[in-house]
Amino acid sequence: MYTQEMLDSVKKVEATRKERLGMEPRRMTAEEKETLLNRYHPDYRQENFSVLKIGPNKGDKVPDELAVLLQANSRVKDLDIDLTKIDYDTDVLIIGGGGAGASAAIEADEAGAKVMMVTKLRIGDANTMMAEGGIQAADKENDSPAIHYLDALGGGHYANDPKLLHKLVTEGPSAVKWLNDLGVMFDKAADGTMITTHGGGTSRKRMHAAKDYSGAEIMRVLRDEVINRGIPVVDFTSAVELILDEEGRAAGAVLMNMETGEYLVARAKTVIIATGGAGRLHYQGFPTSNHYGATADGLILGYRVGAELVYADTIQYHPTGVAFPEQIFGALVTEKVRSLGAMLVNADGEAFMHPLETRDVCAASIIRECKDRKKGVSTVEGSGVWLDTPMIDMIHGEGTIENRLPGMFRMYEKYDIDMRKIPILVYPTLHYQNGGLKINQEGLTDVENLYAAGEVVGGIHGRNRLMGNSLLDIIVFGRNAGKNAAKKSKTIKPGKLTLSHVEKFAKEMEDAGIKTDCVSPKLLPKYTHRKDE
Amino acid sequence: MEEFVNIFLMGKKYTVPSNLTIMGAMEYAGYQLVRGCGCRSGFCGACAIIYRIKGERDLKVCLACQTQVENNMYIATLPFFPLIKEIYDINEIRPTEQIMMQLYPEIYSCIGCNACTKSCTQGLNVMQYIAYAQRGEYEKCAEESFDCVMCGVCSSRCPAGISHPQVALLARRLTGKYLAPKSEHLEDRVREIENGDFEELLEGLMQKPIEELKELYNNRDIEE
Ligand SMILES: Cc1cc2nc3c(=O)[nH]c(=O)nc-3n(C[C@H](O)[C@H](O)[C@H](O)COP(=O)(O)OP(=O)(O)OC[C@H]3O[C@@H](n4cnc5c(N)ncnc54)[C@H](O)[C@@H]3O)c2cc1C
Ligand code: SF4
Ligand code: SF4
Ligand code: FES
Repeated sequence: MYTQEMLDSVKKVEATRKERLGMEPRRMTAEEKETLLNRYHPDYRQENFSVLKIGPNKGDKVPDELAVLLQANSRVKDLDIDLTKIDYDTDVLIIGGGGAGASAAIEADEAGAKVMMVTKLRIGDANTMMAEGGIQAADKENDSPAIHYLDALGGGHYANDPKLLHKLVTEGPSAVKWLNDLGVMFDKAADGTMITTHGGGTSRKRMHAAKDYSGAEIMRVLRDEVINRGIPVVDFTSAVELILDEEGRAAGAVLMNMETGEYLVARAKTVIIATGGAGRLHYQGFPTSNHYGATADGLILGYRVGAELVYADTIQYHPTGVAFPEQIFGALVTEKVRSLGAMLVNADGEAFMHPLETRDVCAASIIRECKDRKKGVSTVEGSGVWLDTPMIDMIHGEGTIENRLPGMFRMYEKYDIDMRKIPILVYPTLHYQNGGLKINQEGLTDVENLYAAGEVVGGIHGRNRLMGNSLLDIIVFGRNAGKNAAKKSKTIKPGKLTLSHVEKFAKEMEDAGIKTDCVSPKLLPKYTHRKDE
Repeated sequence: MEEFVNIFLMGKKYTVPSNLTIMGAMEYAGYQLVRGCGCRSGFCGACAIIYRIKGERDLKVCLACQTQVENNMYIATLPFFPLIKEIYDINEIRPTEQIMMQLYPEIYSCIGCNACTKSCTQGLNVMQYIAYAQRGEYEKCAEESFDCVMCGVCSSRCPAGISHPQVALLARRLTGKYLAPKSEHLEDRVREIENGDFEELLEGLMQKPIEELKELYNNRDIEE
């Protein structure tokens, strides 16, 4: 499968492997990291950001592609939606069928509220399903929530919201216990000790996993539980606009059937946005590891009703996306591959960095290796560096790859690449939305009765999230939002529904001189190649 | 030079670049996918495909997002299959042999034809995991079925009408909750946190100025 040039380079990697096995590359100093990030990380490329002209974040910079959608026309702008004709009536409306949405649904149901989920594709067609590496929680003897706190804070460039971070780390162990008790099969030793590894930027081994299907295992169980509880899930149905009541509180959403295009009205006492990330906006032309529906819809929905965003300018590029073969270009190679000892090696067989630096540093370093130092290996789509996977079985014994990374192994095997024997080529891929809707400890946004949880939220992880802290956050904050939204719903008397904010927003656009044909939320990316388009 | 192949989407011919996945080829052909596309990475099972290469006898299956097109591929999508999903309360049921009998009795009608195994898009030994489920060997069933993406292809081929992925999911939940060993350290830590054991430490950290936090972070010891 590899080209001759690649195979020649593999020889160089093999030649240095033995020597590399015994050594640990130096970690970068704080100054080195800063210089590296400034020069090479895509977040620092100012020419790809625009300043928002309207809305709660007026004056702030966000990626160009997001700016266009945040300042675009509502899908319901010129439609005459009859808000007195209510198709769904519920206490808590949950938008998004990923891990955050499902956790919220279970807790809201547990709290006795009438809950309903709507989701763009099927429940579980979500980034949660794809998480391979694992979930952090400080539950080992040598670890503590305080150490976890410091790791996440340093990794997040000290920009994390301290209260939210406090909640994340102190509720970590109980989140893992909750999942365990629902029947999630974590990797454990025979005596029940959780098998935990490092992730980039962790100072303790606190990454819990379920082989390399961690997210899938969690998602399948949560989905099953949602169904067992009889919580209605309306699939292939997207929220396209929030509905407020006369007092400006969230009171439902306009939905769109993805298959028929029909618009429907859902009324609710409280609403939870759990729509996940934005990888499919392909910021700066990057490929993405995200699922098909990751188009930042929640940010658009929230922004239009006045919810503020935080750190919407910070995106996580996962250092190790697939660079080759092109069929799976951009798909994720889990960080666990590096946790298990595989090194990042350039075309000449040199380990050019410590494999467990934080993700932003790692991504920037790979970009530097390819773009500046010209030590990448060329591929159809550009270039990449080696991730020396054969080291894993050499360190941990034969069978480790098959056992601990079955998904990864299978993915490459389909293209005749045996990652146990030959290294794989990687390049950064657009992976995670660090920023998002601002929430308080209750999970509430700036808008009354509007909650948010999961990747759509910003602040918990500061400017850079550590691996394993997102799966944790969707459980901790998903549950939290579910409980609080349920409790709040009991105090609400539904008012009159309105979409007046849509007009208001259109007026603001006009006043700011924004003219555009673009409608948002985007819902799905467009990959068709029809000649008439 | 880009090479092209002919594929047949639900019988209709399209000429597409040979280096595409089936999913990429459908989009190239002009389909704006809604059904049959989720993760695009081999995890969600939304994109099951049944295909036959013209002239060949055997029917093949795969995931559209994970498989490259071939010339003369006749492709049918299977975005949905009506599985049986029984409702249960995970806190009430126990990993007994009877529970499968109660919830999924049809597994005992398996005729051992192995069609499920032959059709698994993940290459799992499906018949074997069903056999484990029949015998109440849930840990083994869980292990054997772990990589299941719940695409439902096996069930579409089963003469006994078994909903394999749901059987496996039940076995895994029973294993995770009841059969896997308890994690003492986890339970202890949860109790310690409830006790407020770490509060002082954390509050202390939260009060510290950034410069001091940076000091602490940059000099923290890292477990080998
Ligand atoms: C490949 C990959 C690997 C990862 N690995 C890890 C890991 O090892 N550890 C870790 O901690 N994190 C990992 N992450 C990150 C983590 O998985 C996600 O951040 C997290 O699961 C997000 O959960 P969520 O519920 O917020 O969003 P999602 O799981 O993405 O769910 C959002 C849901 O909302 C739906 N939706 C979107 N818009 C709308 C709309 N307008 N109306 C209705 N529904 C809508 C979506 O279709 C989807 O179902 C990984 C992410 C990816 C992509
Ligand atoms: S066992 Fe059945 S449902 Fe699971 S992956 Fe295989 S074919 Fe799909
Ligand atoms: S296809 Fe059905 S009947 Fe045949 S071996 Fe599999 S489970 Fe048994
Ligand atoms: S789209 Fe999820 S498995 Fe193919």
